[in-house]
Amino acid sequence: MKTPAFVVTASPHLKGPASTPVIMWSVVGSLLPIVVASTYFFGISAILVVAAATLGAVLTEAGFGSRQTLVDGSGAITGLLLGLTLPAGLPLWMAFVGGAFGIGFGKLIFGGLGYNVFNPALLARAFLQAAFPGPMTTWAARSGSWWTLAGDNFALPLMRGDPTAMTTEATPLGLLKFEKVGTALGPLFFGTTGGSIGETSALLILLCGGYLAWKRYLNWRTPVSIFATVALVSWGMYAVDHKYPGPLFMLLSGGLMLGAVYMATDMVTSPTTNRGRWIFGAGVGVLVVTIRIWGGLPESVMYSILLMNALVPFINRATEPRVFGTRLRKADA
Amino acid sequence: MIRGFEFLHGVHPPTRKELTEKLPIHRMPFPEEVVLPVRQHAGKPAKIVVRPGDRVERGDVLAVADGFISAPVHASAAGTVVAIEQWPHPDGSTALAVRIAVARFSAQVPRPRMVPDWHNLSPEQVVKAVQDAGVVGLGGAAFPTHVKLSPPKDQKVSLVLINGAECEPYLTTDHRSMVEYPQRVHLGIRIMLHALGVTRAVIGVEKNKPDAIEALRAKAPSDLDVTVLPLTVKYPQGAEKMLIRSILGIEVPSGKLPLSVGVVVQNVGSAATIGEVFETGLPLVERIVTVTGHGLRRPANLIVPVGTKLGDLLDCCGGLTDDAAEIVFGGPMMGLPVADLNTPILKGTTGVVVLTKSEVRRQASYPCIHCGYCLDACPVFLDPQHLGSLALAGRHDDMEPRHLADCVLCGSCSYVCPSNIPLSQLFQASKAALRKKTASAA
Repeated sequence: MKTPAFVVTASPHLKGPASTPVIMWSVVGSLLPIVVASTYFFGISAILVVAAATLGAVLTEAGFGSRQTLVDGSGAITGLLLGLTLPAGLPLWMAFVGGAFGIGFGKLIFGGLGYNVFNPALLARAFLQAAFPGPMTTWAARSGSWWTLAGDNFALPLMRGDPTAMTTEATPLGLLKFEKVGTALGPLFFGTTGGSIGETSALLILLCGGYLAWKRYLNWRTPVSIFATVALVSWGMYAVDHKYPGPLFMLLSGGLMLGAVYMATDMVTSPTTNRGRWIFGAGVGVLVVTIRIWGGLPESVMYSILLMNALVPFINRATEPRVFGTRLRKADA
Repeated sequence: MIRGFEFLHGVHPPTRKELTEKLPIHRMPFPEEVVLPVRQHAGKPAKIVVRPGDRVERGDVLAVADGFISAPVHASAAGTVVAIEQWPHPDGSTALAVRIAVARFSAQVPRPRMVPDWHNLSPEQVVKAVQDAGVVGLGGAAFPTHVKLSPPKDQKVSLVLINGAECEPYLTTDHRSMVEYPQRVHLGIRIMLHALGVTRAVIGVEKNKPDAIEALRAKAPSDLDVTVLPLTVKYPQGAEKMLIRSILGIEVPSGKLPLSVGVVVQNVGSAATIGEVFETGLPLVERIVTVTGHGLRRPANLIVPVGTKLGDLLDCCGGLTDDAAEIVFGGPMMGLPVADLNTPILKGTTGVVVLTKSEVRRQASYPCIHCGYCLDACPVFLDPQHLGSLALAGRHDDMEPRHLADCVLCGSCSYVCPSNIPLSQLFQASKAALRKKTASAA
């Protein structure tokens, strides 16, 4: 018998099915239907903005990250998610800068994949919101042919673009806050309303997120906790006074679906314990309703999740699992 | 279908038992040489009592137990002691070992001996007989069996749990023993109950071995209070504390032994061996080994003389395939990698698994992404990702209050980790570092 050189590795010698790149690329894959649908809703501008944000993120990762993190797909997720939260008429250079900021200051500066405190896509969006408040809250109308740009997408870098180049349309939450006009639930569910590129179709987000939850690539507890809390709190308020929007409207409008399913479930920036995930989701839910109703902004999912991101280490510590054979009830011991 | 008895968390690796689960146990021919290390059990190594040149018969004592937590080592084949020297050990180090050139054309018949009649022996005499036969736990850890049969006098024992879970993938030694030697298992249980002064025993068997459950139930003597329970197929079902949680629904307190809840756990293979010792009088000189894996030409369940060299065993199974890449002693979840074909099979070697190139776990490691999979896998509810980051930072002192000691090193966390972080390896190293520190402080 030949005596080959054998491999020596530490146990276990079998490997489970999940791997970090597979998880990351699966998330990317599950986002693609949303990108396609948003292109259908908002025209070619949608895919251009998403592409610009993704390019900004991936180029930054390639330029400053290690090579390994480029192929693991996490940079592409940040870019895609950021792109989906932007208005379709945003100048492309802003989207690009946002993607670069998300990876550079949202992730790499903390030490790269796994070390960031805040969701990089949301941090980038918060940055864009602060830097370009006008373009970030100008929502292009969905009318027009597929080839019509939704706004001055090709504005020169450092230029705001021509605001007269677009026809605008208010988001359901904007309508409610500033004009006290409601939106029917049907369009909210299927996505034929104004808003950010990828946030409008609750149905599609639930389907794609459901696939990830089924594969265990996202933990269902976080979104379920957010939905339950938002529904409960807004239902309570609606019951007290009908001037407040009902729970279904709260669930289906704005960035709640996209945020709850794709942002709040980001493994790196959400709790690791299941009890922690319930608490995290409840915190996000309460903040969302609070800011939407009493805050100055019509939408608040971004800040709610970012605020809760900051609390994750404390939530993890507070919900440390009970170690087997400790703190037993008297009857057990 | 009845829901099996189960513990919380755990993982579901592919079982791959179909390679050998239907193959009857065969006896392998005696090799030309056997090598018997004195360190084959937990506790103190045995003391050698033979010298090079000595002629030994099969079953003769080569080394005697050194103290109570130790076990003797017996010649597994008739022949001549050719050397006593350091020899490769499955744990990767070397150990003092007795090399025996096996007599050619020997019938390998042991010396005529008295078969102890356990009915007339006191519990202490039974324990002594078990120790003298060199019986150790055959489930892998090789803890001397007689120690578990002699609990402190003030400790009340109410139940003997027989571990037939065999949750490690690939392995079918216990499975085949239960199917082929159920009466021997019951005899061993009877003797253990006698030694412990207990009346009740429960055998836990994973549900994927219905023929074993069937055989044990069919052959259960009517005057023996033994129950066979089907367990959920889940790793690490066979870990002592998990088994107790599954069957009794109670948790053994952290840092305590199963004895603290009045339970003694024994491997089903050990039970069968005790039965055999009191049937034949022959000490533990051979064991059943599953030799398997896709890197092996003819997988088999074999009765192997203790001390058989790995190379001889593989030859007996048709040799390796061209893409064989790694050889594991024990199951693939907790087993030890062995690269030297001279390494001997020990009393605690449950199986030899040959993995192919494509099965070997050798991918890149990624940073922890805090997915929490390991928390959902850990059967003792630790926070492996946090412990892992502490281990990587060398902060062993901070790991102690986070219950590192409760880690059973089952490898479930490493198995599920998508970033391929060698968590259980880190914990093993951290445990060793802490032990060293405690030892030097004392």
